[in-house]
Amino acid sequence: MPTVTYAGHDVIVNDEGFFTDPSRWREEMAPEIAKAAGIDELTPRHWQVITFMRDQYRVKGTGPTVRVLGKTSGVGVKELYQLFPRGPAKTAARIAGIPKPRGCI
Amino acid sequence: MLGVMKRIVILGGGTGGTLAANRLRRVYDDREAQIIVVDRDDEHVYQPGLLFVPFGLAGTRGMVRSRRRQLRSGVFFRRAAIDRVDTESDQVHIDDGTVLGYDVLVVATGARLIPEETEGLAGPGWPGDVFTFYTLDGALGLRRALAGFAGGRLVVNVIDMPVKCPVAPLEFCFLADHYFRRRGIRDRVELSYVTPLDGAFTKPVASAELGGLLEAKGIGLVTEFNTSAVQAAGASRLVSYDGREVPFDLAVVVPLHGGAEYVGRSPGLGDELGFIPVNPRTLQAAVKPNVFALGDATDLPASKAGSVAHFEGDVLVGNIRRFLAGQPLAEGFDGHTNCFIETGYGKALLIDFNYDTEPLTGHYPGRFGLPLLRQSRLNHLGKLAFQQFYWHGLLPGRDIPTLTRTRR
Repeated sequence: MPTVTYAGHDVIVNDEGFFTDPSRWREEMAPEIAKAAGIDELTPRHWQVITFMRDQYRVKGTGPTVRVLGKTSGVGVKELYQLFPRGPAKTAARIAGIPKPRGCI
Repeated sequence: MLGVMKRIVILGGGTGGTLAANRLRRVYDDREAQIIVVDRDDEHVYQPGLLFVPFGLAGTRGMVRSRRRQLRSGVFFRRAAIDRVDTESDQVHIDDGTVLGYDVLVVATGARLIPEETEGLAGPGWPGDVFTFYTLDGALGLRRALAGFAGGRLVVNVIDMPVKCPVAPLEFCFLADHYFRRRGIRDRVELSYVTPLDGAFTKPVASAELGGLLEAKGIGLVTEFNTSAVQAAGASRLVSYDGREVPFDLAVVVPLHGGAEYVGRSPGLGDELGFIPVNPRTLQAAVKPNVFALGDATDLPASKAGSVAHFEGDVLVGNIRRFLAGQPLAEGFDGHTNCFIETGYGKALLIDFNYDTEPLTGHYPGRFGLPLLRQSRLNHLGKLAFQQFYWHGLLPGRDIPTLTRTRR
């Protein structure tokens, strides 16, 4: 699996760019990961989602899907897509340093 | 043996509730436990049959039966709507004002379709040129619409996961391909499958196999499409949150799913979508030790399918016995799922997987059984035979062979 450097730290990510070990994540890495995902600036609304993703991961062991994010993060689905145009759940999970949300089976 | 008679209340008389009630009735006699099933109606629909209705491959006779009559004698059936559950006082509030106390509660009220949560669904055009086959009325309406469809763009769209029987929308595509070929108009129909997932299915091995089948049958695949609105009448199109559009002449939509409405009125019982958080191995609810859940009602990362409810039934009943006897619960459920996937032309695939194992190849249940992950006539016949087994084997709570477990 590839190793990448964010904010001067080496981290291991999987082929899709998700952290394999979320404990390696540091806040200062987020802007760099965001840039690579096409988001030039992280606004407070971005951060609200990113923080929410990490909290949910801690509690539930997986990040929420877009639908659940829209219902529970305080940011509606339409705005989520404005903030993270390439897919809110996946992009926010990548920036938040947690695995790809499991979704459902 | 239990000292004082216990009361077990089961909410929902569908697949999971019925088989749980019948299994519990077998292990407890009338003096040990009173078993009550609550449901708001007495119509048990054979849901796997709905897929075939739009194509005229199945009649509707025998598809709806009395819920009450699927229950063993000695199981009480209470026809009533549920207002809410108060897990603190161990009571179910019925909407006529009566209160039903319980020692153990089993939540088996399944999943509910919520078309109204998507802009444009449940509005004009619903039905019109937008249909679903997830209800009997919807499936019958779609049958008429398909019969009158002379060509054009047909899209099959899953709004978002989770949905009941996640392979059914794919099966619909395969059967539609065959249906239009039979009618000699396949070349005039543009078929596409529009999904929020990043592939044809959630499990990678099966996803590759099913994606290949779509391609071989000339069915388009649009992935990572999160539908924000369905526009009908005239400018009929699906619109995604990221601004993509898929125009259609006929749309077959699987609406958003959530848990039963009363779950939202029951503090602590469900998650944000109304599904019941349970321990994935024991099926005990997170809210309180004397609450259990099975079938489509749970939040488990397993398919919402009758086979899952069946495999859960065994574990659930064992753990209710252990709970009432004051013993530790067994971590017996492994996420076992198995389903037939109709692929058209009288053939079907069979897939079998659990929490940890990808769909396996080989045969089920033994070397000379049905071929796994491979199209065969035998699997199609298995799927058809399943309807009889459903009423006479699965609901009464008889065992069927398990694959994953014996392979471990």
